[in-house]
Amino acid sequence: MTAPPPGHRRLARSLGRALPVSPAVVLMLLFLAGPIGYCAYIAFTDLQLTGQAHESFVGFENFRTAFDDEDFINAVWLTLVFTFLSSIVGQNTLGLALASLMQRASKPVRTITGAVVITAWVLPEVVAGFLLYAFFRRDGTLNEVLDLLHLPSQNWLYTLPILAVSFANVWRGTAFSMLVYSAALNEIPKEITEAAEVDGASGWRRMWHITLPMIRRSIGTNLMLNTLQTLSVFGLIWVMTRGGPGNRSQTLPLFMYEQAFQKSMIGYGTAVALLLLLVGSLFSLVYMRLLRTEV
Amino acid sequence: MSARRTRSRRLAADIGLLAVAAAFAVPLAWVLLSALDPKADVGVKAPDGITLDNFDAVLTDEITFTPMLNSLLLCGGGTLLTVVSAALAAYPLSRYRSRLNRPFMLTILFATSLPITAIMVPVYALFVRVDLIDTMQGTIFFFAASQLPFAIWLMKNFMDGVPKELEEAAWTDGASSFQSLIRIVLPLMGPGVAVVTVFSFVMMWGNFFVPFMLLLSPDQMPAAVSINDFFGSKGAIVYGQLAAFSMIYSTPVILLYVLVARRLGGGFALGGAVKG
Repeated sequence: MTAPPPGHRRLARSLGRALPVSPAVVLMLLFLAGPIGYCAYIAFTDLQLTGQAHESFVGFENFRTAFDDEDFINAVWLTLVFTFLSSIVGQNTLGLALASLMQRASKPVRTITGAVVITAWVLPEVVAGFLLYAFFRRDGTLNEVLDLLHLPSQNWLYTLPILAVSFANVWRGTAFSMLVYSAALNEIPKEITEAAEVDGASGWRRMWHITLPMIRRSIGTNLMLNTLQTLSVFGLIWVMTRGGPGNRSQTLPLFMYEQAFQKSMIGYGTAVALLLLLVGSLFSLVYMRLLRTEV
Repeated sequence: MSARRTRSRRLAADIGLLAVAAAFAVPLAWVLLSALDPKADVGVKAPDGITLDNFDAVLTDEITFTPMLNSLLLCGGGTLLTVVSAALAAYPLSRYRSRLNRPFMLTILFATSLPITAIMVPVYALFVRVDLIDTMQGTIFFFAASQLPFAIWLMKNFMDGVPKELEEAAWTDGASSFQSLIRIVLPLMGPGVAVVTVFSFVMMWGNFFVPFMLLLSPDQMPAAVSINDFFGSKGAIVYGQLAAFSMIYSTPVILLYVLVARRLGGGFALGGAVKG
């Protein structure tokens, strides 16, 4: 019996080793890469939901329509406001504040706070939406509290819908930042903060000059992941306001859904989706650069 | 630093944390109180007597059992597919050197952070073409595919922590790499597998948009979508029942989280794993 030539054997061995990866690769090619490719294709067509024999290629028409569409511009602005308020300002800052307070707090308080904040995070998105819908309603808890304090109450979901859904997203998403920052702060050696305290640096200056620079990688990672997560929030807003009243809390995912399904313009909805995907990819690439040393 | 200053700083931190915890707890208190309240409304209030009527009313086939079973099928199936494919894929990535590993892992990392919401419209259009729309298996496949990048990423990192030497003895005894994966590597990374499993399941259980888009018939809907029936179509909203159902629907994921967090020593493991 002759041994197969070494080239063949190496190829066979490589194939054998690659075999276990194939189920995952096939699934991801068919159900992730496939739709992304299809997305890039139908964004340039006039595909509609019903009664159309064949879609036709329309070039950049959908994108031109989008940039002339007041509702699209509105959705872009609302998405920016929503992302900025809830992810960058809200979740990130509150998460860092909670994590640094936890470093000093007593154990029972730390445990209770952790449990409450994490429960809000673990709850299904739709349930979180209902809880905060009830909270912000005309006769909901927020207004009851404001009445108790003799502060003016109002119909939050009507007057300031984007603020209400942003708060809802802070409520739901802060735990993630809190966990990331707690892990990061635990890694700072005690000697460093103690040395700064001995030198008489105040709390804020320690935070600014020592703690923040030391956890800057975690800050970058956390901001990226928060922003990506917030860009794709759909269920929370859908349950609370359906994007309304009118379109005053209609962020890009809700706008995309409305165009594709309520107005039957799949091509146009997909063009919006493609833009969202591009923005997401951009953030994703920045995130990868932040992690590049670890792969 | 004086002990007194430490103590006053600890007190300040405690007060700050309790204030935030109280604010976060209000919506949670609403769901607990309303579920037991015969006359629940949208505001937090002491219940008008305590009753289990709300639970009684929702514990029917149509409202609770069928949707929960659908959720279990979808998320259980999706999780199984995810964990098995991720474990298989992670093994060669963790054990063999190849020029393709780095680009593959970079692509995976890139895919973990893509906004899945954005591709749901094309997925819907694609599913209509290939006749997978409104099928459980189609939704399971999509769930698994969308969860796989993160699952592979985690699984590979956990697997890297299992020393190769432990397998070498098995190899000299003639075990195949598949056998050593099943008998040696996976049992040694039990907590890692648990994290990937629970994380995938929790993500799918809470996901609303995917089944909302890909399933159409009411009898296939998971709890994430059927919960919306409390609104609108069936007349006035019975808040007590909505609260009771919300609790039933949320309980499995909370229990699973507690289970994993306990075993891994505090809730910080998941945060640490995600940190990258």
